[in-house]
Order: sequence, then C-alpha cells, then structure tokens
Amino acid sequence: MKITPEEVAHVAHLARLQIAPEAVGKICEQVATILAYVDTLGQVDTHDVPPTTHAIALTNAFRDDIPHAHLSREDALANAPSSEDGFFVVPKVI
Amino acid sequence: MTLHSLTIAQAHDLLKRRQISSVELTRAVLDRIAAVEPQIKAFLTVTAEQALAAARKADATIAQGRIAPLTGIPIALKDVLCTQGVRTTCGSRILENFIPPFDAFVVQRLNAQQAVSVGKLNMDEFAMGSTTEHSAFQTTCNPWDTTCIPGGSSGGSAAAVAADMCLATLGSDTGGSIRQPASHCGVVGLKPTYGRVSRFGLVAFASSLDQIGPLGKCVADCAWLLQVIAGHDPADATCAPCEVPDYSAALTAGVQGLRIGIPRSYFEVDGLHPDVAKAVLAAIATLESLGARTVDIELPYTKYGVAAYYVIAPSEASSNLARYDGVKYGRRDAETAELLEMYRATRSQGFGPEVQRRILLGTYALSAGYYDAYYRKASQVRTLIMRDFAQAFEKCDLIAAPVTPAPATLIGAHTDDPLAMYLSDIYTLPANLAGIPGISVPCGLSADGLPIGLQLMAGHFEEARLLAAAQAFEQATPFHQAKPRINP
Repeated sequence: MKITPEEVAHVAHLARLQIAPEAVGKICEQVATILAYVDTLGQVDTHDVPPTTHAIALTNAFRDDIPHAHLSREDALANAPSSEDGFFVVPKVI
Repeated sequence: MTLHSLTIAQAHDLLKRRQISSVELTRAVLDRIAAVEPQIKAFLTVTAEQALAAARKADATIAQGRIAPLTGIPIALKDVLCTQGVRTTCGSRILENFIPPFDAFVVQRLNAQQAVSVGKLNMDEFAMGSTTEHSAFQTTCNPWDTTCIPGGSSGGSAAAVAADMCLATLGSDTGGSIRQPASHCGVVGLKPTYGRVSRFGLVAFASSLDQIGPLGKCVADCAWLLQVIAGHDPADATCAPCEVPDYSAALTAGVQGLRIGIPRSYFEVDGLHPDVAKAVLAAIATLESLGARTVDIELPYTKYGVAAYYVIAPSEASSNLARYDGVKYGRRDAETAELLEMYRATRSQGFGPEVQRRILLGTYALSAGYYDAYYRKASQVRTLIMRDFAQAFEKCDLIAAPVTPAPATLIGAHTDDPLAMYLSDIYTLPANLAGIPGISVPCGLSADGLPIGLQLMAGHFEEARLLAAAQAFEQATPFHQAKPRINP
C-alpha cells in the first residue's frame, strides 16, 4: 500500500492538522506500514457478517427528564483560551 | 512494615482500629513519593495539601465511628480522569492547563467514601501508547529496572502502585492499558466488562472500547475498588443497568471444578518470550493443582485483533479528538490568524506525534471511498472475534493467556517503530474488542528480574469469577509479595 504526500495533505486538511514539509515523507512511510498490516483483514471472509459497533447490547438508554443544575456560564467559560461578555471568542470567521 | 507498603485492606483495618490515622498514612505516602519520584517519574501532579486536608476530614469521620472501605485511604488517579479543581492533562500539551469544572463519576464515588487522592499519574498522551514514552511531559521508569518502560498507557498508575507511592489507583484500558502495565510492574490490574463502570468524566479515546478499572497491590484491593466504582450511571448511556454483585464475598469461591480454556495458538506466537511462556504455563499448572481443569480452545479470529483494533480505535479517536479546537478549553495557538489557521496551529502544536499519527490513520480509514474497506471490514471482523469468545465460553468458564509477549522493554526500544509497539498488544486487544473483562496477576519474574503477568478473561459481567480465580492463584503463590528494590 503506497500513500502519497498528496493523500497525507488531504487527510491532514480533513483532520485540521498541519504537517511540517520535512515530516511528510516519514508519515507516508509509517502510515503505509500500518495500513499494509491492517490489509491482512482482507484475508477474512466477512460475507453476511454484520458489523459490531458495541460489545454490549443496550437499547434506548434514556434517563428521566428531570430538571437539575448544570454548569454555570462562568464555570463553562473558565477554561476558554479567550472569552468576553459571557461568550467564547473565536477568530474572524467571515 | 512501613505504612506506605500497606494494602487497602491492611490500612483499612488499622484505621478502623484507630491504630493509625489517615493523616499519618497520607504523610507516609507523600514522603515516599518525595523520596522515589525523582527516579520513577510516575506523577504529573502531586496534591499534597489537598490530600492532607482530605485525610484530616477522613479522620474526623472515622472518629465518629463511621468508616467505609476506602475512607482515609491514599489513592491516586490516572490523569485521564477529570478531577474538579485539579489539573487534568491526559498527558497532552493541549490540556496542559485544563482544570475540570466537575469530577468523573468514579471520582465522585471515591470522594463519597472519603478516599484521599494524592495526585494525578503519568500516561501516554490520550492513552495512546504502551510505554508512557508518548506522554508530552515525561517517561515513567519501571520500578523493577529504571532503564525499562513501565508499560502503558496507565504506566504511571502501575509504577506508582509497584513503588508504594499510593495504595492503589484507577487507570483506563482501551487495548490493554491497565493489564499490560500491571504485568510489567508486577501489580494486579483489572479491566472490567464494557459498560460495568461509568465513563462520565473519562477523557474519551475510543468510545466503543474504553473502560476504567483498578490497579492494586493484591486482588482483594482491586475487588474493593471495583465494588466502589461499578454500577449504573444515567450520565453514561453505555453504562449497563445490571446489578453489582458483592465482589469481596465472591473472592473465596476458589477455582475448584472451573474449566480454564487454553488458547494453544497463543503459545505459538512468534516473539513470545520463553520466560513468559514458561511462567504462564506454570501458572496454569498451579490453577490445575487448585482444582481447576483445563480445556483446549480455539480463538481463530483473535489473530486479526491488532489489525481490527488499529482501524477501529484510531477512527473513533479521530472523531473524539475533533473537540480540541482551541475554543472551549485547552490550548490555542495562532491567536490572531483566521479560524482554519488557528485550528491547524493549535492541533499540530498541541498534539504529539503518536496522537497525530492515529488521527491521520483514523481520518483516512473513515474518509470517502475507504470506509467500507477499513472501518466496516474491521467492525465485521470484530463480530467474528466476539463469536470466537462466545463459542469458547460454551466450553470453559475462564480463559488463561499471557498478558504481553515479552517482559518490559528498554526505554527507547520502539519509539521510531509504531507497528512494533502495536504488535505487543496482541494478547490484550481481543478482550476490548469483545467487551469482556480481563485481569493481570503477577506470576513470576523473568531471568532478568522483570515481572510477568498471567491474564485471565471471563464472559461479560463475570468479574466475580475472574477475581475469585485470581485470588486463589495469588494466595497459592508468592509472586505478589515480591517488591522492586528502589534506592531513594
């Protein structure tokens, strides 16, 4: 399995990561090695096998709809890198 | 015996009889941390003042004649568990200054009994790794040989217990992160069934696999801790609403008549260290001498466990870690840049190489055109692995296996070869994929004097049986009494 620098750049963009140009080659190599190993899954016949996303069968895990106390706005903002007037501050979007 | 060497049960007995106070015990543990931490590097945060204040309150409660199993007991927590007002880093620069505004469910349970937390323990960043070398802050050293890794990702937890820097700890296990370091450090580590313990307040890595569990100096201490943290929590929708048995009462059940399944192919794996094979096979013979009988079982699809796991776990991680965006909490870089630039700078500077590698891998596996080939395929293989265990448990009550292919490796051995590190998880990952409980119990030392663990696995919610067998083995063998020699 070969991974091109363009593919790494595309996936990095999707993941909102920025890969240093000098690191791209090594990442291509490492990801390709891991994917080559993962490709052994292709040896397994999974025809008609349903996928499992949860090991324990639980359905409709609802809790009672009872009002209770939540984090205060002050607590919720306490860890924000930047906040103002009770809001999170983000860089200019448009 | 020195106070810091006590087990929970021993300390509880002395506290109850007022022969020691929680303040004395906590001071002894804090002194021990001060003496050996420079060599072990297990802690990211030591909360000495808060611990002594909590110990004084616990002593006041005990003076009123009220004492719960963990009242006044000095414990410590893997830094993946949120602690209100105490920094929780997850071993990452991106959370370096994060002070949670709430306690994890398991922390609330410990606090309700007035357990005394002495601090937060080192780990691989976001629990991704098997060595603690992927912590953004420090590499923890194995107390048995400080040139070796303690295992991971709960390496700080296992090392702290082994070095008597706390009486017991909580860790988390997504692919072996409790059992593997417990094995490498010669302590007991239990991964409960998926859904047995609430993950509310556990920083998420791979949500269909993560589970919180105890690490302790003996099986009974793990049973006590599990008793306190197990049970339903409406705040975690994946937490099972089934009854919690009395684990301590079950400890005496023994192994008489139990059928122990032996996956013979697990002993033919390339890279299985002869010392590990020898110790684990001897441990199985001990279980037989205690009245269990062995049956050969097949787990044919579990050899695909590593491949399935390294699709599923990074995929879930890539989604879970999308929340670190430099807006709500955590680090922010490129303050003045436009939004996309700020995201990229924050995440690239905040996450370490292993975390970025797994995010890239997971994003790739989930991206358009690859989803069926990777995530869906791996999830189907996961079904086959679960069926392997279901069929095995028709023939046996427990499964015995190694925890790791080899004893602890030297620090630095695999840092440039991620696949080699992933392959060392071969014996632990299947239990996470199947959601079943597993425990690591000390079963000997290698020729180099490094601890080896025996892994026992059971069916869903069969922790009581697992603990009983582990207890029977522990009581029949001297291995849990061995202590590393650390010269402060």
